[in-house]
Amino acid sequence: MAPILEVRNLVKLYPRVTAVDGVSFEVAEGCCFGLLGPNGAGKTTTVEILEGILPASSGEVLYRGARLDHRFRNEAGILFQKTALQDFLTVRQTLNLFRGLYPQGYDIDELLRLCSLQKLADRDNRKLSGGQQQRLLLAVALVNDPSILFLDEPTTGFDPQARRNFWTLIESVKARRRTIVLTTHYMEEAQRLCDEIAIMDRGRIIARGPPRQLLAEHFAEVLIELPRDDFGESARHLPLRVIDGADRIEITTDDLDGTLKALMQAQVPLRNLRIRPPNLEDLFLELTGKELRP
Amino acid sequence: MRRLLAVWHARNLEFLRDRGSLVFTLLLPVALIVGMSFVFGGPERAVFKVGVVTDDLASVDHPFMLERFVDFVPVEDIAAAARKVGRHQLDLLLDVQAGRTRYWVNTDSPKGYIAERLLLQADPHAIREPVTGKAVRYVDWLFPGILGMNMMFSCLFGVGYVVLRYRKSGFLKRLNATPITAFEFLAAQVLSRLALILVVTTILYVGAGFVIGFHSAGNPALLLLVAALGALSLIALGLTIAARFSSDELVGGLLNTLTWPMMLLSGVWFSLEGSPDWVRFVAKLFPLTHMLDAARAVMIDGAGLRAISAQLIYLALTTLVFLGFGAWSFKWRAD
Repeated sequence: MAPILEVRNLVKLYPRVTAVDGVSFEVAEGCCFGLLGPNGAGKTTTVEILEGILPASSGEVLYRGARLDHRFRNEAGILFQKTALQDFLTVRQTLNLFRGLYPQGYDIDELLRLCSLQKLADRDNRKLSGGQQQRLLLAVALVNDPSILFLDEPTTGFDPQARRNFWTLIESVKARRRTIVLTTHYMEEAQRLCDEIAIMDRGRIIARGPPRQLLAEHFAEVLIELPRDDFGESARHLPLRVIDGADRIEITTDDLDGTLKALMQAQVPLRNLRIRPPNLEDLFLELTGKELRP
Repeated sequence: MRRLLAVWHARNLEFLRDRGSLVFTLLLPVALIVGMSFVFGGPERAVFKVGVVTDDLASVDHPFMLERFVDFVPVEDIAAAARKVGRHQLDLLLDVQAGRTRYWVNTDSPKGYIAERLLLQADPHAIREPVTGKAVRYVDWLFPGILGMNMMFSCLFGVGYVVLRYRKSGFLKRLNATPITAFEFLAAQVLSRLALILVVTTILYVGAGFVIGFHSAGNPALLLLVAALGALSLIALGLTIAARFSSDELVGGLLNTLTWPMMLLSGVWFSLEGSPDWVRFVAKLFPLTHMLDAARAVMIDGAGLRAISAQLIYLALTTLVFLGFGAWSFKWRAD
C-alpha cells in the first residue's frame, strides 16, 4: 500500500544553522510514527514542514502522493507545541469555531466526550489547567476527524497522571486506524505509542525502525543495576562492563548467568539487584552519546 | 535603583532592536513637523477664512483686508461661495465694488459672527446680503464629522490591534493549519467590525439627533449605505496596516500616522478652503474625506444616490484595493 506521507530529502537552512539536513522517511497509513530527539535536534522544524506551516529550503513532502494542498489542510489535524486560542471563548465555542472551518468532522458533543471535556464545555478556555488545555487542543486537532494527526511534544510539562490519561486518549485515536506523527523526548511515550520511530540528532535521522527491532539490532545484552554501596571493592576487579552512576551502577552483559555467578562469588548482595531490558533511552545514549533529556 | 536601571536598560535594548519601531519613531516626528509646517504654514496662522470676490487679491483695496489672522481666499462664483458660507467652509464672503461693499455671513456661525464684527469695525457701511440656500447650524455641520471620526478610530484601531494580537499570540498560526484562506479570515474580521460600527453609529446618530434636534434632509437608508461603504474602506485600511507586522509600536505608529492627517485634513474640524493644492490632493486620497463629503451631501443637501455616486465608488474601490493588498501581504506567523 502506498504510504500516506512521504518525505524526501528535506532540508531547512537558517542563516547560521542547518536545522534539518536531508531527512527522508515514509509513514504508512494507520501507523503511529515517532520522531525522537533531544531539544534542538530539528524535530519541531521537520514536523512544521510536514504540516505545511514552514516552507522547506529543499526537498519535498507528499501527502497521498500529492504535494500538500487544500486536501491535506482538510484532512490533517495538528497539535502545535504551543498554541494560543481566541480569548473570551468557551471550550464549546472554540470547538464550534474550528468545526466551522472544515467540511467534515465530529459532532461537538461526541468530541467533548472523546476528550473528556463534557464538564468543561462552558468554561472560558483561559481558565483551564495545563492538562485540560491540552485536551482541548487535542479536540481542536481532531475536530475534522483527521486522517493524519500531528502531535508535537504533546505531553511536555505534564504530571505522570495527566500524561497517562493523555496516552489513553491517543490510543483511542490509534484504535480508529488514524495515522499519527508524534514528536517527543519521552522514551516511555514513544515506546508505548509508536509502531515506528526515527531518532534525530543535529538535523539528521540516525536510526529508524520499529522500537523492538531497533533495540534488538543495537543490544544483544541486558542491563543489571545495583546500588553503588553494594558493589564492593572485590567486585571492582571482575571483568565487567560497568557504568558508574550517582548512587547506582549499571552492568551491561550478554551472559546474564555468568555475570550473576561472578557477582555472587565476589559476595555482592543481590537483594536490591534489578535486571531490565535496554529501552529507547539507552539506545539514544548509545547512538548519540547524549542524554535525551537535558 | 539597580532594579530600575536593569529594566530601563533591557527596555532600551528591546526598543533599539525592534528596527521597525525605531525607524518609525524617528520618522514620525519629522513627517509631523514637515506636514504641520505646510498645513499651518506661513508666518502666522489665520483664524478666519474670508472669501473675496476677485481674480487678484492684491488689487482689492479695503480696510478689512489689513486685518491680521485672516486668510483671504479669492473666489469667482458668488453663489457657490455664499453656499460655502452657509456650510461653515468660509466664515465670511466679501464683495468690494466701487463705493459699495457687500458681505455674506452665516448668522449661526460663531466665527462668522466675530469676523462680521471685525469687518463692520473696519467698514461700518458694508451691507449684509442673505446667504443663498439654507444656512446650516454649526452643530449640524460638525455632527457628521464627529460621527465619521469616531468610526475612523474604531475601524483602524479596532481591527488593526486585534489582528496584531492574534498574530503575536500564535492564534493566527493555528488558523493557518486549517483550510481557511487569508482573504476569508480578513473578510470575517471586516464584517464583524462593520456590523458593530453600524450599530454603534446608528445609536449615536439617533441619540444625538434627539439631543441636538437634528434631521437628515436626505434618505436615511442612503446615509446607512454611505456609512457602511466608508466603514468598509477604513477597516480594510486598518487590516492592510496590520497584515504583516508583529510589533505593537510599529503598528500603533503607522495607525497614528494615518489617523492624524485624516482627522486634520478630512474637513472634520476645519475647512481646507484656500489650502495649497497638494494638501487638498492628499485630503482627497483619504476614505474619510469621501465618506464625510457624501454624508454631508445627504444629511444637509438631501442629495440622492446619483449625486454621491463618485464618492461611493471611490470608497468601494479602495476597500477592494486595501483588502486585496492586505490578503496578498498577509503573514500568519510572528517574526
